[in-house]
Amino acid sequence: MTATSFALPAPPAAPAAAGLGPRALRNATTEPPWVQRLLIGLALVFMTLFLFVPLATVFFEAFKKGVDVYLAAITEADALSAIKLTLIATGISVPLNLAFGVAAAWAITKFDFRGKSVLLTLIDLPFSVSPVIAGLIYVLIFGLQGWFGEWLRDHDLKIIFAVPGIVLATVFVTFPFIARELIPLMQAQGIEQEEAARVLGAGGWQIFWRVTLPNIKWALLYGVILCNARAMGEFGAVSVVSGHIRGQTNTMPLHIEIVYNEYQFAAAFAVASLLAALALVTLVLKYIIEQRVKHQNRSDGDRAE
Amino acid sequence: MILSRTLLKRHTVLPGFDLALGFALLYLSLIVLIPLSAAFLKTFTLSWGQFVDATTTPRVLASYRLTFGASFLAALLNAFFGLIVAWVLVRYSFPAKRLIDALVDLPFALPTAVAGIALTAIYAQNGWIGQWLPFKVSFTPLGVWVALVFIGLPFVVRTLQPVLEDVNRELEEAAATLGASRWQTFSKVIFPILMPALLTGFALALARALGEYGSVIFIAGNMPMISEITPLLIITKLEQYDYAGATAIAVVMLVASFALLLVINLLQAWARKRQGGL
Repeated sequence: MTATSFALPAPPAAPAAAGLGPRALRNATTEPPWVQRLLIGLALVFMTLFLFVPLATVFFEAFKKGVDVYLAAITEADALSAIKLTLIATGISVPLNLAFGVAAAWAITKFDFRGKSVLLTLIDLPFSVSPVIAGLIYVLIFGLQGWFGEWLRDHDLKIIFAVPGIVLATVFVTFPFIARELIPLMQAQGIEQEEAARVLGAGGWQIFWRVTLPNIKWALLYGVILCNARAMGEFGAVSVVSGHIRGQTNTMPLHIEIVYNEYQFAAAFAVASLLAALALVTLVLKYIIEQRVKHQNRSDGDRAE
Repeated sequence: MILSRTLLKRHTVLPGFDLALGFALLYLSLIVLIPLSAAFLKTFTLSWGQFVDATTTPRVLASYRLTFGASFLAALLNAFFGLIVAWVLVRYSFPAKRLIDALVDLPFALPTAVAGIALTAIYAQNGWIGQWLPFKVSFTPLGVWVALVFIGLPFVVRTLQPVLEDVNRELEEAAATLGASRWQTFSKVIFPILMPALLTGFALALARALGEYGSVIFIAGNMPMISEITPLLIITKLEQYDYAGATAIAVVMLVASFALLLVINLLQAWARKRQGGL
């Protein structure tokens, strides 16, 4: 580390650079224009082949057979029930993960306790589990041959191949998103403000609503949006637990698969375009929130000076 | 009360520790830990011999080769182009740069099934890109690789960008004044700084690719022994009501992912140490 932490001497000390002026110095830390253009070109070709063309294809294929076909595909009864089920599953799983994210972030960032790093790793665990396996583990517990299979059947309750299973699988797959957005930010913000509020006599919930929440609202919002997008689009885990019953346990991505496998490509891409639009809205909101955070940091910095 | 008395390392004036940690642990156990342990417990219904048989049939071995091989090669391509994309986005200015920067996250936000049918359409033999290629992509192992490149794309870019923004320009100036060529400065000064982040991004892309299902099954063709990925094989076994067999393969995949997660944690610790020293 000694080689990298030395203080740099004043620039004119180096005789080779002394006579060349500031232009030569600037060039010394950038690449020649042709290298820059080559690298930008390579990056754009790569992004075009793997990102832009797929995105454009979704909308192109969706409208290829005309607006009428498009509208018919997304207002058909099975499509509507798939949209409804997706909204239900998302509407339950996002608030659950929001509550978990806030609680976990509060415990991890505001307190110093034993086993914290283990907890952090465990929160990340669902990221590294294949969605298919996420579905499988719930089948092992609630499926007919599973731990609670017989008990559930005797009480006429259905979890697998029904809505509760879909919600569980969605919750698992989107489990870490909100916590992961909040923890680094709240870690950086420290606990001084909360402690000050406490000393001034504020209660726990007052501290959270009046001090913590205003500081984390943008990260929280982005976490919710990202979690929402992932919840609506989850395919693998939901596919295992859903049973693919048309009009009953099909979410939007599963509906896309069925229609696609029936060679109704325009209809499949029409429903897909709704999810792609949601993805684009997510990215736009992310961009806006990032600008807000930058702005907020800058004005905080000004105030500090 | 029990939680705060046994776990807290120092006294604190802030309230809510028991409630927050208690709820977090309960939720984590119910949603993640207990269900995951079910997979491991289920495999104990098999004897060791049965377990080995279930996880090493030729068809399963072929699926490992494809899943791990394609994931590795996809993460490798993402490491190479991810470095270029991150470099270009941080260092240069060009038209629509902000838009392109924002779109890097598309694979995070776009549902995998949507990505799957779009990539299949493009790389099919009559597709926008497929028709110009002399070889088949959709419905071959190459298609699997294309899908895995797509879903792994943001990881390397997003882990490299902050590190690249933090690189101290004075180091580069120092290298230049000491007579280093631009390539020497990059390979001997900048690249070593980026190395931990690059490896982390590579490992994250690899981990994501190993478990990927949605985008791959549309483009792969799913022929046993040729273009069948391991997650699909798990589903096939489930549909045949072979729960123990499906779970045995799932446990092999889980162990591989957990090992990778450990490597990622070590890499991140290394990266933090490196950055702290600079």
